[in-house]
Amino acid sequence: MNQETLYIAPEELLVKMKQLKEVEKMDYLRSLTGMDWGTPEENDTQETMRGLGVVYHLESTSTGKRICVKTSTLDREHPHLPSVCHLWKGAELPEREVYDFFGIIFTDHPDMRRLFLREDWVGFPLRKDNNPEKENPLRMTNEETIDTTHIYKVKEDGSLSCTDRKLFENEEYVINIGPQHPATHGVLRFRASLVGEEINKIDVHCGYIHRGIEKMNESLTYPQTLALTDRLDYLSAMQSRPELCMCIEQALGVEVSDRVKVIRTIMDELQRIDSHILFFACLCQDMGATTAFLYGFRDREKILDILEETCGGRLIINYNTIGGVQADLHPNFVKRVKELIPYLRKNIQEYHDIFTGNVIAQTRLKGTGVLSREDAIAFGATGGTGRASGWACDVRKRLPYAAYDRVDFKEIVYTEGDCFARYMVRLDEIEQSLRIIEQLIDNIPEGSIQEKMKPIIRLPEGSWYTAVESSRGEFGVYLESRGDKSPYRLHYRSTGLPLVAVVDHLTRGAKIADLIAIGGTLDYIVPDIDR
Amino acid sequence: MFDFSIVTNWIHEWLLSLMPEGWAIFVECVAVGIGIILLYALLAIILIYMERKVCAAFQCRLGPTRVGPWGSIQVICDVLKMLTKEIFTPKGVDKKLYNLAPYMILLASFLTFACLPISKGLEVLDFNVGIFFLLAASSIGVVGILLAGWSSNNKFSIIGAMRSGAQIISYELSAGMAILTMVVLAGTMQISDMVSGQSNGWLIFTGHIPALIAFVIYLIAGNAECNRGPFDLPEAESELTAGYHTEYSGMGFGFFYLAEYLNLFIVAAIAATVFLGGWMPLHIPGLDGFNTVMDYIPGFVWYFGKAFFVVFLMMWMRWSFPRLRIDQILALEWKYLVPISMVNLLLMAIIVTLGWHF
Repeated sequence: MNQETLYIAPEELLVKMKQLKEVEKMDYLRSLTGMDWGTPEENDTQETMRGLGVVYHLESTSTGKRICVKTSTLDREHPHLPSVCHLWKGAELPEREVYDFFGIIFTDHPDMRRLFLREDWVGFPLRKDNNPEKENPLRMTNEETIDTTHIYKVKEDGSLSCTDRKLFENEEYVINIGPQHPATHGVLRFRASLVGEEINKIDVHCGYIHRGIEKMNESLTYPQTLALTDRLDYLSAMQSRPELCMCIEQALGVEVSDRVKVIRTIMDELQRIDSHILFFACLCQDMGATTAFLYGFRDREKILDILEETCGGRLIINYNTIGGVQADLHPNFVKRVKELIPYLRKNIQEYHDIFTGNVIAQTRLKGTGVLSREDAIAFGATGGTGRASGWACDVRKRLPYAAYDRVDFKEIVYTEGDCFARYMVRLDEIEQSLRIIEQLIDNIPEGSIQEKMKPIIRLPEGSWYTAVESSRGEFGVYLESRGDKSPYRLHYRSTGLPLVAVVDHLTRGAKIADLIAIGGTLDYIVPDIDR
Repeated sequence: MFDFSIVTNWIHEWLLSLMPEGWAIFVECVAVGIGIILLYALLAIILIYMERKVCAAFQCRLGPTRVGPWGSIQVICDVLKMLTKEIFTPKGVDKKLYNLAPYMILLASFLTFACLPISKGLEVLDFNVGIFFLLAASSIGVVGILLAGWSSNNKFSIIGAMRSGAQIISYELSAGMAILTMVVLAGTMQISDMVSGQSNGWLIFTGHIPALIAFVIYLIAGNAECNRGPFDLPEAESELTAGYHTEYSGMGFGFFYLAEYLNLFIVAAIAATVFLGGWMPLHIPGLDGFNTVMDYIPGFVWYFGKAFFVVFLMMWMRWSFPRLRIDQILALEWKYLVPISMVNLLLMAIIVTLGWHF
């Protein structure tokens, strides 16, 4: 993916970014990556990036133009950069993530707290000169929940001033939803301030299953990093893993065979159907329709069986490799997929009968949690959520990869932006996925399933950003290499983080029960947020 | 039809021959009490087993199959498990109220249970305002729920309790009104009279249109009063973990669980009594042969048969619908069910005055 790369100095970042947003209509912040390029060295050229910085990937939803912006500061004691979250609301959580890992303070950010790590964490683990194990023994005390956050501003003389802001007042009725809660789909924690049944404000706490995958990546070889992608969004394992493979293949200049492309596409769509069925099932469960929940699980089982037969795995699949796939398709694969398609068509109708048409389901979903198109773009809420708000953000159409350029399918877009639209987008997408599989299943080309790779894979120096459409949005990989056998920095654009960011926005004034419906239809997955 | 009062009278005479009357009545009261508690526990076990199997059937599953033939011992094992669980009291609870709450709920459901006419001559509490007593006794349950929520010192519990307070009190209105409609038709409030008055056709048939409307309203309101889905907001597990009984463990939780299922049965049994003739067999006027054959089936079989039929209807509702939201629940009650049941009551009164019923 060739795109323009710009270097902007921190002093003029705000002005230039504003220009990009308003003049060039770069309204979608695809990805925000924190970087530690190290301290300046003698043999640095003019081009070499040094210092602590941020890489922004921007895209214009109207012109389709993409740009990559880099900025950095050499100050390692008190690094600070201006926040861009008033330009792109979706920058708020990623900037907190960068602060958490690199210690870069974003000035004028309304909520400068750590995002994933504990409040009492010492140091900033993704800095190259930091050894997180040294100063952070296993702490046996519970983390105190702190109700204040900080806002940093630059003073006249260039130093920073810090003001405290209270998140919740003492008299507010704050309930804890999560981290162990049936409707948060994993260990995510919301602190909700209630007025009776109505939600006043929500504060999201992440990081309960943070595993430091991005830090681990920096000491793993490229084939080893693949194994961790399945553990990000476990319902998009078949999309995030080939995505990393494709990024590495692009960096290496390897072209995979047609057979691999088609296999990847079919697997990708099977995974999408699996994920959307689980979305349906869990939403129904959250809303109290337990029967529909088990219908979903019954059908998902069939897909998992097919995946298991070929790949050996059901949830953590470990199928794709750099330059190909692990194993050839099982002899039964084509037959079973062909049986699956009519079976699913019949059962999707059953879903509509038991849940979509139900008057209670409709009254609860229609009109609740309305996300406008502008907000969806500003937050970067891609996937089904964005498409339900009328934003055609499907990466399979925007930047076709694998075999998507040769199949015919419709991008499902609804304009209502409410929970019901988000629900319908997913159910309709199952049908489109079935269509894609139908077109490909009879024409899987012959060819090798694995390109010949060197035993030790070293990437040339450079940086790459590629993206795929995972089950719940744009999943991107930002890879920077310095020619070693392990990446210098490997950052994943989380599909779930923007979705969690909109929760507070959508639930203002909604009821507790609406929070469940909104959370269910946003369809985030926590391991992907926490990484 | 076999009259159980022959048996009860015989026992009474026998006891009188052994002891003075006061003692005899005391012994009878104790025996009846034990009998009710045993029946109560037995029914709970049957209902839980039934719920598991019915819901399994709806969900394309098998339900319990391992413990005992067709999994029939499963529930008994669960009861044993519940009995042996540690009971712990969380920090900061109001101990007195916290421990009292499950008993309040049980008390309400025992009192209501005692009113049910299981078979001819087997009514425990039967007097001229029986229906009133029944409605009043069943309302005590909400006190237990509110107490449980309030005393637990848990924010989820208090929200659950408040929801259930709002819900149960509202729905009592339309449930009561639906029963009142049938009282107008039956012309009596004594439960035994109400049942025997249905020997020539169950009230749901003789009262035709308004009776049918009342039956449907009663089923909806009854489901809401038992806190069962689609009206299970007070415990909505995906929102409030377990609502008002979040902080209870062991038998404290067991009592809530027990009462939930028995309330389900009680609601169904009241529907069976008021709408479907209680223990009265199906009689079709004019077909004497048929009626005689029907009379050979004992009354309690009819009674339990009807009650379990209604229970099945309510399980069907529960396992098909998603949960409502609190404002929708109240809107449904105050904007639809209450006005409809008021008009229905009026309609029934007109029909009865003009003699348009069968």
